[in-house]
Amino acid sequence: MELTLWTYEGPPHVGAMRIASSMEDIHYLLHAPQGDTYADLLFTMIERRGKRPPVTYTTFQARDLGGDTAELVKGHIREAVDRFKPKALLVGESCTAELIQDQPGSLAAGMGLNVPVVSLELPAYSKKENWGASETFYQLVRGLLKNKTKEEIHISRDWKQEDRKPKVNLLGASLLGFRCRDDVLEIKKILTEYGIEINVVAPLGATTTDIEMLPEADANICLYPEIAESTCLWLERNFNMPFTHTVPIGINATNDFLNELFGILGMPPIDPNNVYNKSKLPWYSKSVDSNYLTGKRVFIFGDGTHAMAAARIANEELGFQVVGLGTYSREMARPVRLAAKELGLEALITNNYLEVESAIEETAPELVLGTQMERHSAKRLGIPCAVISTPMHVQDVPARYSPQMGWEGANVIFDCWVHPLMMGLEEHLIGMFRHDFEFIDGHQSHLGHLGGNEKQTKSLKQNNDDEENNLSSTNLNSPIWTSDGEAELAKIPFFVRGKVRRNTEKYARQAGCRKIDSETIYDAKTHFRA
Amino acid sequence: MSGSTLLKETGPREVFCGLTSIVWLHRRMPDAFFLVVGSRTCAHLIQSAAGVMIFAEPRFGTAILEERDLAGLADAHDELDRVVKDLLQRRPEIRTLFLVGSCPSEVIKLDLARVAERLNESLKGQVTVLNYSGSGIETTFTQGEDGALKALIPLMEPSQEEQLLLVGTLANAVEDRLFTLFKRLDIPKVASLPPRQSTELPTVGPNTRVLLTQPYLTETARCLKDRGAQIIQAPFPLGVEGSKIWMEAAAKSFKVSNSLVQTTLEPLVNRANEALKPYKNQLSGKTLFLLPESQLEIPLARFLLRECGMKLLEVGTPYLNKELMQSELDLLPENIRLVEGQHIEKQLDRVRHHSPDLVVCGMGLANPLEAEGISTKWSIELVFSPIHGIDQAADLAELFARPLHRHELLQKNNKLFAQV
Ligand code: SF4
Repeated sequence: MELTLWTYEGPPHVGAMRIASSMEDIHYLLHAPQGDTYADLLFTMIERRGKRPPVTYTTFQARDLGGDTAELVKGHIREAVDRFKPKALLVGESCTAELIQDQPGSLAAGMGLNVPVVSLELPAYSKKENWGASETFYQLVRGLLKNKTKEEIHISRDWKQEDRKPKVNLLGASLLGFRCRDDVLEIKKILTEYGIEINVVAPLGATTTDIEMLPEADANICLYPEIAESTCLWLERNFNMPFTHTVPIGINATNDFLNELFGILGMPPIDPNNVYNKSKLPWYSKSVDSNYLTGKRVFIFGDGTHAMAAARIANEELGFQVVGLGTYSREMARPVRLAAKELGLEALITNNYLEVESAIEETAPELVLGTQMERHSAKRLGIPCAVISTPMHVQDVPARYSPQMGWEGANVIFDCWVHPLMMGLEEHLIGMFRHDFEFIDGHQSHLGHLGGNEKQTKSLKQNNDDEENNLSSTNLNSPIWTSDGEAELAKIPFFVRGKVRRNTEKYARQAGCRKIDSETIYDAKTHFRA
Repeated sequence: MSGSTLLKETGPREVFCGLTSIVWLHRRMPDAFFLVVGSRTCAHLIQSAAGVMIFAEPRFGTAILEERDLAGLADAHDELDRVVKDLLQRRPEIRTLFLVGSCPSEVIKLDLARVAERLNESLKGQVTVLNYSGSGIETTFTQGEDGALKALIPLMEPSQEEQLLLVGTLANAVEDRLFTLFKRLDIPKVASLPPRQSTELPTVGPNTRVLLTQPYLTETARCLKDRGAQIIQAPFPLGVEGSKIWMEAAAKSFKVSNSLVQTTLEPLVNRANEALKPYKNQLSGKTLFLLPESQLEIPLARFLLRECGMKLLEVGTPYLNKELMQSELDLLPENIRLVEGQHIEKQLDRVRHHSPDLVVCGMGLANPLEAEGISTKWSIELVFSPIHGIDQAADLAELFARPLHRHELLQKNNKLFAQV
């Protein structure tokens, strides 16, 4: 049993709904109680869809449990197929139905429906949303293709021989995925420039016919490993389809991705001079204005794909210092751990947002890149933040085109990471000048009451202004801040103040110094710089 | 109203389960914590319905059952003890802990009453542990509050004191206002359930007269009756008319003189009717379709029909408690179409067929209907908003007028929109 106050991922059947809703002509029969219909609002409210998810919930009740729930399930299946006339039917159950073991999948299979049935087994008590989406996509592709032999589908991977353009599938984009709609557009655009055709995009916007056409492509592009990797592996095994492993988020990754793909397709590698100007990120990052970004301490948390991509961009392209890296995706724990290790860090793999929040507090970063939840944590801590990953919030579905992938994605990322940092700087300036008459009573900080407010930062560190109080309440090893020391500390920008406080205390302890005054701060600064 | 127009429908439903009530209950009683014993689905439901990311540490959570708990590898009771102890250590300010049952905990027959009893013994009064069910196989949406309040009743001290007990969660500001008004009516003592602090429970006894503020408190009303209280029959305090009769019924049970009632309420009624006018103009003659969800559908339909002049196409209700609803039904004409239960697909077919001016529905359905050109009002908003009482009648009407007004505004001002 695990105490959960808030969760990054929904249950696995919500993942299945993401696949079903992303596609055009399938229906999902979900054996579930009425309350589970809340999941519709994720699509219609958060993603702002004007269509209901193609899901029929059996909404069984306690009084049905004594009777024949199997008949009830069959009735719903029959009705759903008659009404919606899907080209494929997904059948599965949510947590509660899993316990009653009606096996709706086998029930449906035994009904002689003239529509392919894909039975989903998504263990609700051990797996989560992304896993459910991945498994559903895989089962659906497998279900629709497993009876096709390689000969039946016309396959020749030699596009040069055939005198045609190379063609690829884009796999993994789905509803409730982070900026998927725009990522697909961006990657399409880039590939078209290089004369590569898109065979199928799935699951987003795909039909069952599209799925059947998957093996006709020369390669698969695995856009989001969380969702598409297992499908890509299966297609590789069964149809000899190679797939790309690099996720094209950031300039370097986009470049690597293209080279990986060109290698697979037998195309020449790209000339670096040709890509340098595709995005403004490299130049913006180089321009003198960005000197300010040097060594900014950044804490990163999100799904595996976006967290790792962010770490690479921060480190290689913006000259930040990554001070924390983690993910809530257990399935991605291994690669994230590796990526963290390369940066000299230990990855934070957790489902508990409070653990993430204390890790942020501990590392005292100057910028947080996280989910909407980290945005809230950062706000409480008075640290600037940009959102880089699901879980989705209505704000993560902007009206404007704002991909994360490709050249334009890099532009978007530059803007949306640097902007909060600049705002943070502004907050500091406002904090510094807040005693000037222009600022009295007037200014409303966008960081709420926290921005540039030193009291907040202090109370977060659970420190006390009152020296005597400090003496009696803290253990004797802790050095004491004199009012002179506190005054000096207050002059330091709020977003590094936490770090300075901690470093100074550490230094004072090492040096056996009991009282911290302004001199101690300077001593500590010199010490850590040396 | 005769039973002949009551239709029953069964089929796939689109309603929340009783867990959803936690969204407003935890705000009402800041010293209580609601611990759902359930699955990741249950946790996801509440956070999605509440949009809770803004809270540092919400006063609700889920003890998520895992494979080990189900396989019997871990004793679910021991596990729950452990989770509760951890939680209470972290949150020493909690005075009342509600263990909330869910579909999974009920299907595996986890006996939360026993767990609560044991915990109460070991916690020795430091925290009171209660339990109720918010499961989707037993309860819909607002019924969760019924369960939570019912669980509080055994803790209420008996008393002979004459008092008026308002039962059902109200917005605090609305409640303050009603208290003032009842005071003006010379009603000696007014208390409310749930209280603002879970430890400050009202008393109950034969001289307690219960006035329900919400229409979904079947079990709570029954248990209060068992404790000797008298339930005042009245429509619910939505709209000028309903609220007026509701207050009059209370006054009558305390034998408040007619003249005092009239002099107190008349100015309020006149002012409220005046405030209602502009919205009445906007709503009058417009057609309305209420999908079943919150149990507020019947009182709302009565208000929108009788005071705002809307035309009722269909009034859905998840279930109908005829006894509690009698005063409401009496105010409705014979020929309205009242449907208990749901077949969501058939119901939406009827919505499309009628193409109503306004549909009251759940959040999952609102945008799809808007995309089809039908204006909507989400029912969940009605449970959060201060809409009760004479003074709030105009605000209540405004909630329904706004989507229509917006629709018209966009049609009128935006040439492109007008074409689609
Ligand atoms: S319907 Fe049942 S399983 Fe679903 S969220 Fe509600 S209590 Fe949990």
